[in-house]
Parts: sequence; structure tokens; C-alpha cells
Amino acid sequence: MAESFKENQLELASSSQSLPLLSALNAQGLTAFSAAAVPDRKTEAWKYTSLTHLTATTYAPAPQAALNGQLQQAASIDGLNAARLVFVNGFLNTELSDALALEQVTLFSQADAAQQTLISEKLGTVVAQASGSSHLFNDLNNACTRDGVLVHVGKNQQLQQPLQISWLTSSGDSAFAVNSRLLLVLETGAAATLVEQYDSDDAAQVSFTNALTEIVIGDNARLQHYRLQLMQEEALHIGSTHVDLARDSQYRAFHLALGSRLTRNDVVINHNTGGSHSELNGVYIPQNQQLVDFHTCIEHKVPHCTSDEVFRGIMNDKAKAVFNGRIHIHPQAQKTLAELSNKNLLLTNSAEINTKPELEIYADDVKCAHGATVAQLEEKGLFYLQSRGISKKEAEVMMSFGFINELLDALPDEAITLLLRPVLARRFGRDQSLARHLLDETLAGEPA
Amino acid sequence: MISIKNLHANVEEKEILKGLDLDIKPGEVHAIMGPNGAGKSTLGNVLAGREGYEVTQGSATLNGKDILALEPEERAREGLFLAFQYPVEIPGVSNLEFLKASVDAVREHQGKEALDSVQFLKLAREKCKAVNLDASFLKRGVNEGFSGGEKKRNELMQMMLLEPQLCILDETDSGLDIDALQVVAEGVNAMRSAERSFIVVTHYQRLLDYIVPDYVHVLANGKIVKSGGKELALELEEKGYGWLENSDNGAE
Repeated sequence: MAESFKENQLELASSSQSLPLLSALNAQGLTAFSAAAVPDRKTEAWKYTSLTHLTATTYAPAPQAALNGQLQQAASIDGLNAARLVFVNGFLNTELSDALALEQVTLFSQADAAQQTLISEKLGTVVAQASGSSHLFNDLNNACTRDGVLVHVGKNQQLQQPLQISWLTSSGDSAFAVNSRLLLVLETGAAATLVEQYDSDDAAQVSFTNALTEIVIGDNARLQHYRLQLMQEEALHIGSTHVDLARDSQYRAFHLALGSRLTRNDVVINHNTGGSHSELNGVYIPQNQQLVDFHTCIEHKVPHCTSDEVFRGIMNDKAKAVFNGRIHIHPQAQKTLAELSNKNLLLTNSAEINTKPELEIYADDVKCAHGATVAQLEEKGLFYLQSRGISKKEAEVMMSFGFINELLDALPDEAITLLLRPVLARRFGRDQSLARHLLDETLAGEPA
Repeated sequence: MISIKNLHANVEEKEILKGLDLDIKPGEVHAIMGPNGAGKSTLGNVLAGREGYEVTQGSATLNGKDILALEPEERAREGLFLAFQYPVEIPGVSNLEFLKASVDAVREHQGKEALDSVQFLKLAREKCKAVNLDASFLKRGVNEGFSGGEKKRNELMQMMLLEPQLCILDETDSGLDIDALQVVAEGVNAMRSAERSFIVVTHYQRLLDYIVPDYVHVLANGKIVKSGGKELALELEEKGYGWLENSDNGAE
């Protein structure tokens, strides 16, 4: 099965012409992917994540898709006031995209000479640093990328509005694969908010999204990043986010994995120069038969950097999750402050979580704290709510939501909190009456 | 109102209540005092239906209804309210949403008209003020990071919103300074009525200076060993509990 999957993907990778700008990357990706073995349970980084569901399918190239109401709905985030760029099955949809966003970004295929130079210099270099954390799907993306999005924010420039990139998939006649690629470069002193959203329009759709985002944050620059994966439950999603941090720069991020039958997200943050700070928060809530796997890696390569990572997961039904949080403190990275917390809630006896904080510390003057917990809803909390007349079922919904609500409430852009609140409330309160108090906008909108 | 007969209850296989009888009429305030470990808190937990508190014998009826057969939420909807000795912190669950869910559930069961969110907010702000709690507490997580006094005032606010028939105050005075104690006592006194009854569980007589009971019972070794009027509390303050525990043993 693994071999036929590779053949299928190699065929897709060779089926179209490369841009001259990307030909070297494509060729290199193709070579690496051909040589790589598809991971199985003996591969440490994929030990708990079976790819059987992914590799059993033959994929067609992504079809062009017409717009429909569901896609339009999916791409709109009330109150965010974002400049919006919408892709459907990997193709830019100019109708749904805002003029401002089209000005702010450049497709690789339309890059001018200076932009081509920037792309050649940066594209593929961020992910290439991650020797231990890169995998064959990154190679596959390198092999398959025929176009992509460049966001370049110049020195001391700020994007006044959040940039929202919606990567949507829409049903084809058969299973299909989409490789998407984003390169974001923030020059010295630049600042931006990026909302990456992954969504699909049909529950029965079998699409395989392989997304790779590379982010270069220059000296003293700041990025607020949301990566929201809200796809339908039969979709397949492999996503990688690789970040380079320069001196005194900041990366703050919230990663959400909600949809898809199989999700594998890798987040790699390279603290390459002193004074940089990263805050990586995330939430995963698989249900039914879903599997979600987060592999995060914070590379502290130099002294005086700080990182703070908080992930929470709630597993329902027969769902399964994997969290592997690696912190790698290199020998010269003295005075590092690194924290990692991963808390998990199992709502049923058949749900499963495999969590592993993985600390590799080679410097002696560092502060590093980590913790991982797995629990069920606390009896005393449930009893407290019940003793006030609230049914046990609604108490469970409220407490499950509460478990991740702290992270939602802490998001700096309220529009994102308001977008996600009802989505997550309904996730737990599948019976509308159980979520009604969480969905009460009058109560939620009450100022603190 | 509530009639408790020969109540026996185990916690972790150990018998804590050993034949407790108590009969409370509408409008009465009964204080239950007693030494540590006598089963005072167990009584409240058993009546509220906490898991792990197993009734092995006896009965408890609220307005003629067997409450021991009900789920905790059903007991609350029938009008029973336990003010916790240690109110539980539930981070991430908004106090306001919790209160609304609670009030909705109870009112719905009792056939009262539902409050819409705007009406409810107004009411909740009023009650906040009545217990001297800033309205910002409504937006916080349930009891999250509240001081001991703030937690007890939050309990009192819930009691005011739910308008229960039987209020059980479990060591409400513990951890309160004198000012907070007065606020809580005033709130309780304001709720006293001809229809509403109270069980005030306390270790110290102090609280009863502020919430004056109609009857005082001493709970020792799992049963009521002495009952009297409010003056019994003063006697206990003076003499301690030792003489009663001994007399109980002698009587058996």
C-alpha cells in the first residue's frame, strides 16, 4: 500500500511543468521523496499515527471547483476585518479574495525579479533546517509545489489588517490531493497578524491536503499567527509550520485541529538569534474516529531566548490523539527559559491520548519546566454544577468547554474567539439544548 | 419540610451517620453543631446526593418526596440547596453562564417563567450587589481565584438566585473574617421566610450570634445526641462537646 501511494504521488508530482523559479526545489523534493520510506509504526515519529487510511487511497490531481454557499460561508470571519485571500483546491479564487489581500501577497508565478530573488533565497530553507523534524510529506510538498503564496512585509511595515488565507477544498468526483505552500517574510521591525484557515465543504469528501508554511521573522519583528483546521471529518490533513526567529523577534501562535479523519501537524520554531520569544498555544478536539497528531519542536540554538507552549486536548468517542512536544536546548543556548504544558481530557473509555514531552537539554544554565497530564472530568466539579440543578450532561458539556475556554479567551483577536466559541460549544453540546448557555451571545458579550 | 428518619450512611465503607433523625418545619432554622468528625458535613453531602456517600438505611423526604432516590440535579430542582464548605473552582466555565444554566434548570422544573438573558443579567447584577461582590465576578470562571470570603458570597448569591426551600449551610463561617461573616449572615437573614427552612451546620457558636436559630442540635458519633433552643449553643461554647459525647456513650 505504501509503495502504490508513493507511485501515485510521484506520478502527480511529475504530471505538470515546474516554474523555472521552482524547478530546483521540485527536483530536490522529488529525489528526496523517492528515496524516503513511508513511515510505519516502527518509525518513532509516527509510532502512534497510522497512515493506512491515507495511503490506501489513490489520488487524482486537484480539480477546479465552482464556488458554493458553503465555501463562501466558510471563508467569512465576522468582525475580523481581514484582508482575505481564498484558495479552493489550491487555486486562487479572485472572486472571494479581497483587493487589499491581492495587493499584499504575490503568487510565486507572478513574482517580479526582486521577489524571485527573495523566494530563491528563502523558500525551502526554513524547513530544511529541521533535520530531525522534517518528513517525507515536506519532501512531497517540495516536489509538488507548482505555485505558492509569498507574503513579504517590508522593514518597519505593519499589516494594518489581519491577513486571512483560507485554504478550502471542495468535492471532486474522486479522491484528490492538494499541496499548498506559503512563504511569509517579515523584515526588521515588521508586524503582522496571519490567520490561516483550512476548511472543506462536504462531509463525504476525500481530499488530502499537504500544507507547508515557512515563516521568516526578522530582527525585532512580530507575528501573531492563527492556524485553524476546521475541515470536514473525512478529509486528510498533513500540515507543517516552520518558523525562523531573528534577534528580539516574537512569534505568537494558536493552532487548532478540529476536523479531518487524520491530522498530522508539525510545528517547528527555530530560535536562531538571541532575545527572541515564542508563545505556541494549541487545542485539539478529535471525536468519533478522528486521529490528530501534533509534533512540536522548539529549537533553542542561542542564549537568551524564551519559549512558552501550552496545548490542551479533549478526546471524545473512539478518537485518538498524539502530542509530542520537543524542546531542544543546544549547548550554547545558556539563559534559556522554556516552558511546556500539555493537558488532556478523555471523555470516554475508548478515547486515547499518547503524550510525550521530550526534553533535550545540553546547556547547564537554563530554566525549563514541562508537564503533561491526562485526566477525566473532575467529579467534584460535576457534582458542584449538578447540585445547582444543572443536568449531568450539560455539566459535562460546560466543563469540557471550560477546559479549553481559557486558551480561547486569551486570544488577542476577539473576532477569532467569537468565531471559535460556538464551533467548539457545539462540538461538546451536540444536542443544541446542552450548548445553549455557551451559545448565549448576551451572556458571552457581557463586558468584564 | 424535611423529615429525616434513622439515616445511616457510609463513606468509603465506613459508617459515618448512624441513625440520624431530624424533622424541620417550614420557616424554621436548625443549627447542627458538633465536634470534628461527627458527620456534620456528611449530612449535607448525603442530602445533596454526592457520589461516594452511600445511604444504607433510613429515609429523607422533602415535602413528602423521597429525595434519596433522586439525582443531585433533581434534588436541587426540588428546592434543596447546599452551600458548600469548600466551593469548587471550575476554571474556564463562566460564572454567569453557570448561574444562568442553574437558574434556567430550576425555574423550568418548578414551572416558573423563564428569564431571558437580559432579565437574568439585571437580576444577577442586583444579587451581586446584595452580597457585596463586584459585578466583574460574574465574568470570571466559577470561583476561580476567588478568596475564601468571595467564594462564600458567591454561594450566597446562588442561593438568592435559586430561591430554594431548604438551604443547608455547611460550615459557611469557616475561613470568613468578621466583616464577611456579617455580610453572609445578613444575606441569609434576608432570605428567612415562613416558607423557607435552613440547616446551619457549624463548629462554632459565633455564626449563631448572627443567624439566630430556632433549634440547636448536637451531632456526635453519627447521630443527634442533644437538641434544644438557641441557648444550647451558648452552653456548648462554654462546656465544649466532651460531656455530650460521653453521655451518648453512657446511654448506649
